[in-house]
Amino acid sequence: MRLLATLLLCMSFSVAWATEANTPKLDIGKGGECVRDTQWMRKNHMHLLKHQRDETVRKGVRDEQVSLKNCVECHASKSDNSVVAREDSFCAGCHRYEAVKIDCFECHASKRRAALAKKDEQ
Amino acid sequence: MSDINTQRRQFIKTSVGAAAIAIAPGMMLYATAHGKSEGASSKVRWGMLVDTTQCTPDCNDCVTACNKENGLSGGTKATDSQWIRKIEIKDVRTGVAHSLPMMCQHCEHPPCVDVCPTQASFKRADGIVLVDRHLCIGCRYCMMACPYKARSFVHETLEDQNPDVPRGKGTVEACSLCVHRIDKGQIPACAEACKNKAILFGDLNDANSEIYKKVRTVASDQIRADLQLNTGIRYQGL
Repeated sequence: MRLLATLLLCMSFSVAWATEANTPKLDIGKGGECVRDTQWMRKNHMHLLKHQRDETVRKGVRDEQVSLKNCVECHASKSDNSVVAREDSFCAGCHRYEAVKIDCFECHASKRRAALAKKDEQ
Repeated sequence: MSDINTQRRQFIKTSVGAAAIAIAPGMMLYATAHGKSEGASSKVRWGMLVDTTQCTPDCNDCVTACNKENGLSGGTKATDSQWIRKIEIKDVRTGVAHSLPMMCQHCEHPPCVDVCPTQASFKRADGIVLVDRHLCIGCRYCMMACPYKARSFVHETLEDQNPDVPRGKGTVEACSLCVHRIDKGQIPACAEACKNKAILFGDLNDANSEIYKKVRTVASDQIRADLQLNTGIRYQGL
């Protein structure tokens, strides 16, 4: 019994250590919990985005809270205003780790509106 | 009154009460959800009346405003996106010339929607004809079907798009009547930029709107009215 307990303890340590060591360290920008908790969002953000994209494009229902534009406004890096520019950027970091290609930003702006406006003036 | 009848009445009363309790929260949720952001309404039909007598040949302000608002390059090559362009027309017999802006005419029966194999081309409830770029496969059937040459194909990779106007390589696009501005209660960029006030934008179904009154008092034409597409954009003075 004691052996089993020790074994379990060792395994849980190693799992914890592995998770800590390998998960990407993200530049989360402003961060915060605006829609749902972090773990839920990690698992389900794509469903929210996909649902909202159809609502917005086809029906004109614009919900600020779950719009991709709004996600970028908060989660873009504070140093380069982007969610995909670097390896640790908010979107790119995780998607690289999970090996899931995102094509959102081939059309959608990946930078904060303020950063784009500044570029226009130059 | 018999005993059976009383029971029956009591039963009906209870059932109706229970049903009301069961439905009420759903109805309230429905009302709340729809109160937040109702989206496009089919009671509205957005349209424009272009006064060609006020439109001058040397002015390009509507085109410039459109390019800036939607992040277009402003190029006029065959491979450049043009959502609105100025055209000059001339009656060869009388020599009368007109200058006018040409863009997506936001038809009630749009041929582009008819031919789209993926249903990416669609008409919104308020009459705006759009491309859902998530579904567009870039086949360009709609570009061939459009009698107004209003649609463009994006040939090159784009960067730094306007956050309100997502657009990208491999998809077809056209005048969206500045749908992102309309949803905020603003008017399209071209109508706002026209210094001669030649572009009148409004709801063709709203009896109190200026455009509703004007299309009923002055003569206006639809381009290629013979196709019976019932365009949302009308031209005055042709």
